[in-house]
Amino acid sequence: MLSKTQFIGYYVATLSILTPPKKAKLTAMSALYRTELYPVHQQLGATFMPFGGWDMPLHYGSQLAEHHAVRTDAGLFDVSHMRAIDVDGDAAQLALRRLLANDIARLTTHGKALYSCLLNPAGGIVDDLIVYRQPAGNGYRLVLNAATAERDLNWMRSQITDLEVTFIQRPLALLALQGPNARAKAAAVLPAQLRDAALALPPFTATSADDLDWFIARTGYTGEDGFELMLPNTEAAAVWTQLIAAGFTPCGLGARDTLRLEAGMNLYGQDMDETTTPLDSGVAWTVAWQPTDRRFIGRAALEAQRASDHYRPFVGLLLLGRGIMRPGQVVTNHHQDSIGVITSGGFAPTLQRSIALARLINKTLTIGDPCHVIIRNTPVAARIVKPPFVRHGQAQIELN
Amino acid sequence: MHTLPTDRRYSASHEWIKDNGDGTATVGITDHAQAALGDLVFVELPQLDQVIAAQAACAVVESVKAASDIYCPVAGTVIAVNEELSAMPELINQDAYGAGWIFQLKLANAAELNALLDAAAYQASLHDAG
Repeated sequence: MLSKTQFIGYYVATLSILTPPKKAKLTAMSALYRTELYPVHQQLGATFMPFGGWDMPLHYGSQLAEHHAVRTDAGLFDVSHMRAIDVDGDAAQLALRRLLANDIARLTTHGKALYSCLLNPAGGIVDDLIVYRQPAGNGYRLVLNAATAERDLNWMRSQITDLEVTFIQRPLALLALQGPNARAKAAAVLPAQLRDAALALPPFTATSADDLDWFIARTGYTGEDGFELMLPNTEAAAVWTQLIAAGFTPCGLGARDTLRLEAGMNLYGQDMDETTTPLDSGVAWTVAWQPTDRRFIGRAALEAQRASDHYRPFVGLLLLGRGIMRPGQVVTNHHQDSIGVITSGGFAPTLQRSIALARLINKTLTIGDPCHVIIRNTPVAARIVKPPFVRHGQAQIELN
Repeated sequence: MHTLPTDRRYSASHEWIKDNGDGTATVGITDHAQAALGDLVFVELPQLDQVIAAQAACAVVESVKAASDIYCPVAGTVIAVNEELSAMPELINQDAYGAGWIFQLKLANAAELNALLDAAAYQASLHDAG
């Protein structure tokens, strides 16, 4: 059954454990980075997968159980493959207002967070990131995707050679604590010095203690409430163990992917890349057009695209017939013309249905319209919907 | 890893087939295959009365991460399918060699079974693959 397996997205390498010769596997693995928590994941019986150059936990037994733990209780993810970058210097704000499509001038108070794309001059997405205004001082902290961090840093530095600004990679452990009970269960494990401030954080804000090198944000990538922690690698294993003891379910990147898909959040490199703009990727809302005199990189190209009205709608799909939608499958209209392609798709454990994100070639179909998805050469009925599919444990779309 | 049942044969593509002794056989996927695929969420069963050639793709199992064809280990005609899998594909994860069976065949030629791997040979093939 495996010689013709249709490997899906970035899970390709994991299933190949079934067939490759031992030597090839060891060679491939030795080239991957490991987080500080790798031995802890091994002890928990994790199945690993390569992701963005790192050997990361895919699941610890059941991806579905981990998914449900986040929707109903509290899940714990090691996301230390993501890179924390501190941006400092007198011109830090000026530099980021040039580099990012969203406007960090919107971070009017310390600790606020903003989601943004980093664009090339053609408006293509170099990466997506979270930028925090530091809870104290004049600097900013970026969190970048693992696979793209090095390229991003080179790109950003090359674009601001005229400015007094530094980009410093911070070798920190990153933990995501997600779920309706995550904040309450985390409370006892947080440093006493930060506990009250952390529990008082409004969504999309952060607090920190420089002397501890801890940073706590009320952010995430699952559609649930929770925290993201950054802390010294030396403390990671102890904190992880205490969080598990406090009732967190360890969760791998498999559940992280189904959770973010249900939450309607894009995965860089799969749903968007340098060949797509924010207007093509459902994230036009992250482009700060005002003030009009902020000349961020990619602005001219995006303005031209917006004026021409030539962009590809990025939509959600709900499968009405039987099967599972997968990346690369073609979307058709009732004339059986191809009208788009699925970028992310799979089984939504919360909805018990198959959902997808898709990029359409034009605007002839819109939210609510019926369409078909070609699954193994057969058209299966689907409907165009507006993401998110799930927020805070609740369906956000009509399932009938 | 559980001990492999010795009352059936195996294919290199990770199906098992059990001779029912009456000219029919039952087909499923191995425990190794279900563990590697992860949580199963969808099964496309073959059609009743479908005539299937040996090594032909005749069903599909989909996990949270991938879709995989099921190949019929020997030639035959489908006489039963496990309808319970439509609502509970996880039966394959929970009991790959029992309740997670996928379909039954009327064998075209029972002697074809002898060409398949026995439990020891399949186990050895897993070991070789690392």
